[in-house]
Amino acid sequence: MAHIVPVRTYLMVGLALILLTAITVAVAYVDLGPLNEVVALAVAAIKATLIVLIFMNARYAKGPTKLFIFMGLIMMAIFMVFTMDDYMTRQWTLFTQP
Amino acid sequence: MAVPTLALPQKKNYINAGSGLKSWLLTTDHKRIAILYLISISIMFLLGGLMAALIRMELLTPAADLMGSDDYNRLFTSHGVVMIFGFLIPSIPAVLGNFLIPLMIGAKDLAFPRVNLLSWYIYMVAGVMVLWVLFNGGLDTGWTFYTPYSSSVSTSEVLPTTLAVFIMGFSSILTGLNFIVTIHTMRAPGMTWFRMPLFLWSMYATSLIMLLGTPVLGITMLLLFAERVFGVGIFDPALGGDPLLFQHFFWFYSHPAVYIMILPSMGVISEVIAAFTRKRIFGYRFVAFSSIAIAIFGFLVWAHHMFVAGMSIHAALIFSLLSYLVAIPSAIKVFNWSATLYKGSIQFSTPMLYAMGFLGLFTIGGLTGLFLSALALDVHVTDTYFVVAHFHFIMVGGAVMGYLAGLHFWWPKITGRMYSETWAKLAALITFIGFNVTFFPQFIVGFLGMPRRYHTYAPEFQVLNILSTAGASILAVGMILPIFYLTSSLWSGKRAGKNPWGAAGLEWETESPPPQFNFDETPVVTVGAYNYGPVEDKIG
Amino acid sequence: MAHSDHDNPALGHHWESFEQQHQGNVMGMWLFLSTEIMLFSGMFLAYFIFRMLYPDMFTAANHFQNVFLGTVNTAVLIMSSVTMVLAVRSAQVGNNRLLRIFLLATAFLGLVFLGIKAYEYYEHWHEGLVPGLHWTNAELIADEAKGIFKGSAQIYFFMYFVMTIIHALHMTVGLGIVLTLWWRARDGRFLKEGFDPIELIGLYWHFVDVVWVFLFPLLYLLGKQG
Repeated sequence: MAHIVPVRTYLMVGLALILLTAITVAVAYVDLGPLNEVVALAVAAIKATLIVLIFMNARYAKGPTKLFIFMGLIMMAIFMVFTMDDYMTRQWTLFTQP
Repeated sequence: MAVPTLALPQKKNYINAGSGLKSWLLTTDHKRIAILYLISISIMFLLGGLMAALIRMELLTPAADLMGSDDYNRLFTSHGVVMIFGFLIPSIPAVLGNFLIPLMIGAKDLAFPRVNLLSWYIYMVAGVMVLWVLFNGGLDTGWTFYTPYSSSVSTSEVLPTTLAVFIMGFSSILTGLNFIVTIHTMRAPGMTWFRMPLFLWSMYATSLIMLLGTPVLGITMLLLFAERVFGVGIFDPALGGDPLLFQHFFWFYSHPAVYIMILPSMGVISEVIAAFTRKRIFGYRFVAFSSIAIAIFGFLVWAHHMFVAGMSIHAALIFSLLSYLVAIPSAIKVFNWSATLYKGSIQFSTPMLYAMGFLGLFTIGGLTGLFLSALALDVHVTDTYFVVAHFHFIMVGGAVMGYLAGLHFWWPKITGRMYSETWAKLAALITFIGFNVTFFPQFIVGFLGMPRRYHTYAPEFQVLNILSTAGASILAVGMILPIFYLTSSLWSGKRAGKNPWGAAGLEWETESPPPQFNFDETPVVTVGAYNYGPVEDKIG
Repeated sequence: MAHSDHDNPALGHHWESFEQQHQGNVMGMWLFLSTEIMLFSGMFLAYFIFRMLYPDMFTAANHFQNVFLGTVNTAVLIMSSVTMVLAVRSAQVGNNRLLRIFLLATAFLGLVFLGIKAYEYYEHWHEGLVPGLHWTNAELIADEAKGIFKGSAQIYFFMYFVMTIIHALHMTVGLGIVLTLWWRARDGRFLKEGFDPIELIGLYWHFVDVVWVFLFPLLYLLGKQG
């Protein structure tokens, strides 16, 4: 039932997380324009994925639990995308001359 | 903590398994917790009903007779908060769901019995806070707490109410979580997903909404609370914030919350119609999946409450289009129930009368919902009595009728006693008539332009308002009658036996009232739900 | 097997077997975490929207964050996740001594995190960066009055405090539970009765870590490039 993961794996992941933190801090001081936000969020997403998959053992999750892991993310996406749609299109005026 | 697993003597049931107040207040038995909820939400319902009566009395004449605008604001706000958060959201899930889910799947209890009790205590804490607010100044923001009025202007009790709503959310979340885990992991051998009664499918869908929507309401209340306390924030335009953001946050929960209220009723109706037509529900799988579809679509339509609030036209178009989608699964249900009636051996017992009422009223409520999702028409009727009538057709004509149908259907199982069928039928009839006389005129008066949330109105609307108030007094009789005949049935009702309706389902195979651990032996399921008569089980 | 399970008091009377109970517990925790995602998503969404509306204000306000302390705190939290996962592993392999050591280490690191966070709050107070209560920062007030950026810098700090305080509250609750489990583990009960509680607090602890992984770049780093 329980998957026993070698200590080494956990330590390596921990190390990777620390390294990624260092990278994201270093990159933050380089001006990449709008890419700064993309890099910051991408690195955070990689770190989060590592924690969820390895530390939280999500890769061994079965059936419904696997679904529930994604469910919150999907709902969050719906919430954010639809609300953002309102904010990003408020300046648009339909049916007016250019 | 752990309930002793002693062999139970015969004729012991969950009611006489322990005595004294302590055995009730510290119980972890899902059936007893359901009773605790039944008592608390009934009190809330009566309070909310009393306020509705006061509202209708004030609206009898165009002038301000009973109260001024300030008191009226507090009155309709309290009516909304008490009815929605105190009664409708917990109603069917916390009472019937709590009682029936383990019985219907053949389990001994819910997955987390102590969490279940905790959720009742959380509900009570929040409920007492709401009552405290009622008697200490009240709230005048409307149940929607719109900013910036609620965050910076109102001098009424915004803080305790938002806190109470925040706390009440936890009760809802824990109930939903408990239900989902129970349905996933504790089904009896042979109880496959497509053998489950449709009530369970609708409870599952409801639980998903409770789980995913309620936290957003929580954070909304928290942000509002912080904004009001510190005078800094993100919702008041004077502080650089955006009031529309509050509305997005609020309706992201509060629109799906409508489905928290109506989906459980739909589940009850499926059970009742199957039992009193002696037929399997037509299109079982469609009805099952339409519950899930309603839960999902329900999350995609929230901003149709904000069409006139200054949202972007682009977003309004999208939300208008998506709002129509909800009609599809709802219509699938109504059509399938109607098809079930076809050639059924229909028996008009009390629960069936309520179910028939539900069918008609819900259809009217649902169809007028389509008017409101039409962008152009919505601009005309926003904040008029048309909207009030629409959602009362869904909430009272749908949710409350469904709740009463379920309460009457499972009352013999819960208490072991039959109520007076004559009185009950009379009450059902009075409720139906009273309801229609109360709310149908509001469609007309709303379409003519009478705005909601005012204690005075133009004199030409008086005739229709008198009609509405007259209907409300009939409706009140229909709502009060059950208190008497249901209560008296506890002493004088005749014993129900295991299965007074001859209905199918695991809950009818155990004693009434059920023993402490529901079944003497874990049942094994071999047939699908609604296995009535010659209809074959096609699922296998 | 299933028959003898009920002799063990750790199995709830309503469950059929330990496996069923374990499955239910883990599923329940993941469902709870999905509600937590929704709770935090509201705050993140508000953050994104105001960042979009007032980009210059966010850059100006971000200037006052102490990146060094934030980075140290991130490292501390990652290490606490490592010790937490090792605690769960110790329970899996049946080593009670290591289980208790790692639980204590996790609690210690959690405490360090909260300590550093408290120090940061103290600094913010000193610099007059607490919206509503102590908003006296001369630089931001002057820049705002001059119209150097659009929007009120109080909004940035409002979001910052709401997000980090709610995160810290989650840490505090987690800390309390970790310490309780450390105390209860002294008689080795989790090796005999099953270690579901350890596994569940592990899931919770890592989730709180994941939230911080997103909070850190959004609140400390973005805006430093200028």
